[in-house]
Amino acid sequence: MSYIVLSLAIVGGIGIVAALLLYFVAKRFNVVEDPRIAEVEAILPGANCGGCGLSGCAAFARACCTATSLDGLNCTGLGDKEMAQIAKIVGLAEGTRIRKVAVIRCNAACETRQLVNHFEGIRSCALEHSYYQGESACNFGCLGLGDCVAACPFDAMTFSESDKYPTVDIDKCTGCGKCLEACPRALPKMREVHPGKQLVYVNCSNRNKGPLAMKECEVSCIGCGLCKKKCPSEAITLESFLATIHGDKCISCLECVSVCPRKSIMAEDAPAPLK
Amino acid sequence: MLKRFKKGGIHPNPMKLTAGRPILATEAPREVRLLLSQHIGAPAKSIVKPGDEVEAGQMVAEAGGFVSAPVHTPIAGKVKKIEQVRDAQGLWKEAILIEAAEPEEGARPERVDFDESHPLRSDEEIERLSGQEIIEIVGQAGIVGLGGAAFPTRVKLTIPQGKKADVFIINGAECEPYLTCDDALMRRYPREIVAGLRYLMKATSAPRALIGIEANKPEAIAALTDAVKDYPEIEVMPLRTAYPQGGEKQLIEALTGRVVPAGGLPIDAGAVVDNVATAFAVYRAVKFGEPLMKRVVTVTGMDVENGGNFIAANGMATDNLIELAGGLPENTGKVIGGGPMMGRAMSTVEAPLTKGSGGILIVPEKESERGAVSPCIRCCRCVSVCPMSLEPYLLQNLGQFGMAEEAREAGVLNCMECGCCSYICPANRPIVDYIRLSKLQIRKLPK
Repeated sequence: MSYIVLSLAIVGGIGIVAALLLYFVAKRFNVVEDPRIAEVEAILPGANCGGCGLSGCAAFARACCTATSLDGLNCTGLGDKEMAQIAKIVGLAEGTRIRKVAVIRCNAACETRQLVNHFEGIRSCALEHSYYQGESACNFGCLGLGDCVAACPFDAMTFSESDKYPTVDIDKCTGCGKCLEACPRALPKMREVHPGKQLVYVNCSNRNKGPLAMKECEVSCIGCGLCKKKCPSEAITLESFLATIHGDKCISCLECVSVCPRKSIMAEDAPAPLK
Repeated sequence: MLKRFKKGGIHPNPMKLTAGRPILATEAPREVRLLLSQHIGAPAKSIVKPGDEVEAGQMVAEAGGFVSAPVHTPIAGKVKKIEQVRDAQGLWKEAILIEAAEPEEGARPERVDFDESHPLRSDEEIERLSGQEIIEIVGQAGIVGLGGAAFPTRVKLTIPQGKKADVFIINGAECEPYLTCDDALMRRYPREIVAGLRYLMKATSAPRALIGIEANKPEAIAALTDAVKDYPEIEVMPLRTAYPQGGEKQLIEALTGRVVPAGGLPIDAGAVVDNVATAFAVYRAVKFGEPLMKRVVTVTGMDVENGGNFIAANGMATDNLIELAGGLPENTGKVIGGGPMMGRAMSTVEAPLTKGSGGILIVPEKESERGAVSPCIRCCRCVSVCPMSLEPYLLQNLGQFGMAEEAREAGVLNCMECGCCSYICPANRPIVDYIRLSKLQIRKLPK
């Protein structure tokens, strides 16, 4: 009988001591965390894509709750509605934000750009780029092994085996920039979306002089500058034989699309707002 | 018992088809395209402009930094333009295009050869040169490592403070299958190589020198042994044949028993290693004042008609050289710049030759295809052949799944991509591809 009492007392005693210890430790080392952080994090997509410029979704939530203004804090994966929710939780006015989507600045499907050799290595653009020029004659264009597609956290890119070329579903694209990071030739460009305007961009990255660029691909930008001359809003710059259209100045009049002799300027409808 | 490096290695079929063929002088090309970036380090800077008349051997581009080398023209003529040309990898690189003047009627065509009639310095004058002066001559002559990596020799000879080279090693292993350019050079110019080695020893103040040659080149061993008999400080050491014996670290281990620490340089083991062709180029530069503008290139392959060892001018189009060997066979699958183990498939044969190109290997279509890949069965043959004591089967998985940090821990950066693992793999796994990918991933990691 006494054994039972004794063991109860010992175990109970240890329990009480441990409980007290835990209580005091919890009191002493208590970290006060803003409960709003968890609320904000629950809204975020959780892809940890880094498109906001911070290390991940948790860091973004913390930044929102400690910020004095939401300007410059923009989760690329969220629609306006969710951002408004976050603004409500943290009690700040909604920040201004510009949506971006990725456009791939190469239009070289197999019929426009001849393949001049065959790459047998593993299917990795990064590796192919480190070895040599790639399968086509163009040193700047898409390598066509889909590193960007594998890197997309939002399932917004698809890869066509027959064309050896990726396409972006701009309705799903959040402009996080993961594809740009993965592409060894930096072909994806994060293009600003302005409501009511089309996305107009030069669909080529060839920086070679005109005659060379012309030989390498049927739809290459040859740096002729016609688009720059035609543009009424000075939205086009020309650098090392390659035109670039700046989204903030473009009024989507589509003059450049019609004047381009190489058909290398593209216009796409603005994407639907993110759900 | 002949020595060799201790760990790993393979024995590929040597296929030295052009062994014993003499070194042939070639006709000087009508035009050369001299790439400004033929070496490891900063590209050279052009010092000529279109329209300039240049002499053979004139410097046309100066070193663009400390780790860099000047470029010299092998032919006399006129600078036509500075243009973008495709290099062997098909990438656009800046090059100086030089066109030879029209030859006079009935004049004998210029030859690219190692002319020995007009020495610049007598032996007594060379004796008086200091080590620093020799390094300066080597730098001005644009000499780079001719074993393939094309690292500027001047930088290698400049021993860092606090380090000491107590042995100079000449690499005559030529462990790559097919290539015979070093073998041919050693047979024909053994005395010249030894003279170059003595200049190099003076430059680095190394008291002793070893020449490592694989035992499958008995003529070269005999020639060099005869050439060093007056110099007790130089020893010719035959080595047991194994690939990659010509790897710097493997050669040091085979000859001296010293191990270069992981991530270290040969000088950390008290050694400086140079190729036989580099020693020969140093001899030419010091004795004749001739800059590095031509070298011996092996053109070989199973179906090549007249493969051989040619003295080729820097900047000559590769296909012109292949013409001399009988042209491209019809069944060509790949043209490889360098040997079959570490060479790279060329993406265009119009690419100009560079200082580093020691071999052109023409592989028939049937041989050039990779076999079907099957899953790794963990037989670990790759581990047993890895000369750097790595675990290639593990590294390939880490590369495949993007685990860069783990790969760095596993020592992937020590891999020199000799290709033993891919060669031995019974599942045909592209192990070196994955290892290269892994290295690229590590480059992206935050420092």
